[in-house]
Amino acid sequence: MRTRSLDHLICEHPFFAGLAREYCELIGGCARNIRIDRGGYLFREGEPADQFFVIRHGHVVLEIVAPGKGPLRFLTLGPGDIAGVAWLVPPYRWVFDAQAVELTRALAIDAGCLRDKAEQNHDFGYELMKRFMTLLVQRLHAAQLQMLDVYGSPR
Amino acid sequence: MAARADGASAPFLPRIARVRSRRRETHDTWSLALDAAGMAGEPGQFNMLYAFGIGEIPVSVSSDAAATGPLVHTIRAVGAVSEALAALRPGAALGLRGPFGTTWPLAEAAGGDLVIVAGGLGLAPLRGAIRRALAERGRYGRIAVLYGTRSPADILYRSEVERWRRLDVEVAVTVDHADQRWHGNVGVVTKLIGRAGFAAAHATAFVCGPEIMMRFTASALEAAGIAPARIHLSLERNMKCAVGQCGRCQFGGSLICRDGAVMRYDRVRPLLTIREL
Repeated sequence: MRTRSLDHLICEHPFFAGLAREYCELIGGCARNIRIDRGGYLFREGEPADQFFVIRHGHVVLEIVAPGKGPLRFLTLGPGDIAGVAWLVPPYRWVFDAQAVELTRALAIDAGCLRDKAEQNHDFGYELMKRFMTLLVQRLHAAQLQMLDVYGSPR
Repeated sequence: MAARADGASAPFLPRIARVRSRRRETHDTWSLALDAAGMAGEPGQFNMLYAFGIGEIPVSVSSDAAATGPLVHTIRAVGAVSEALAALRPGAALGLRGPFGTTWPLAEAAGGDLVIVAGGLGLAPLRGAIRRALAERGRYGRIAVLYGTRSPADILYRSEVERWRRLDVEVAVTVDHADQRWHGNVGVVTKLIGRAGFAAAHATAFVCGPEIMMRFTASALEAAGIAPARIHLSLERNMKCAVGQCGRCQFGGSLICRDGAVMRYDRVRPLLTIREL
């Protein structure tokens, strides 16, 4: 069986759909394949956000611990999704936990490596930021809807 | 011949229905199965339910008139009338006018994929349509039922939703927040649209839920490729007479009770962002 290269996997992922091959190669150069068993964590609150994850299979839930309440889950991510945006801006620390709720396969992208390449090639960096900006706006809109509690009791 | 007190011939005269059974769905929501001979309602329609001495409210039909079984209304106890109705015990009487309003266009959807998106209590007006579609499974291509609600404890018709999951029906549920006991999806219902498998060019969508949720959902369905004329929403306004005479439920040039509650997205879209409506 032929093993697909990391840059091929990058180019085939929905988040990077339409990205130029050379840019996929740049990202692939910072990537490694990982697998997380059910219950394992991709990242935990407070730790350095030195990578992000391109989910290929499985599901991950974002959660935050509240004293006396245990972890509160607020977003499930699956194939086609990106886990982790805190690597984009200082202080580069995770503010949530990301736990695999089933066996999950992903590409882990070294954030420092990618930021360096984006600094060296601003066209690449801009292309990357456009995609992450779309993701951030979508997540912001979703978070606002959740915060509005539209399904709650009208009284 | 005695006049029939239904929505067509005696629209203001309630008929007496009796509660056959009462089932608690969530902490504030109950389903009443009614003995109401000759009174039913197609999926998408509503009846005016009258709690004697207290008042009358519109409540969607949650059963399928084509199937055997009682007329079912699911009621969230949020005000004086709905609390009184939801508290009725088996054998208790209530007044009923109807059925009124438009239906989910199930016949129009036949031959293509069917995408049903519900938010919160919005699953209640869609339950009859889902049951009908499952009973007539061969008429449709792929069927996707996407349901978003507040928390796992707020999932309506929980055991029935679990039964809807079968090999040829896609059922996805998401909640706004949950604790670690919940292993399902967390997030907004629009997120499920991108994951659902349907052929947008020939798909029809039925959407019901809070209006904010419906606006975002209709927009996401359109972005996924479903034509606005094939997206149908169930709208809600303050309905009183239910027959288009009092004007309380006016929505632009339409009256929700008479021209809705199920309406085409391409026709109502310009009105949905007018806050005075």
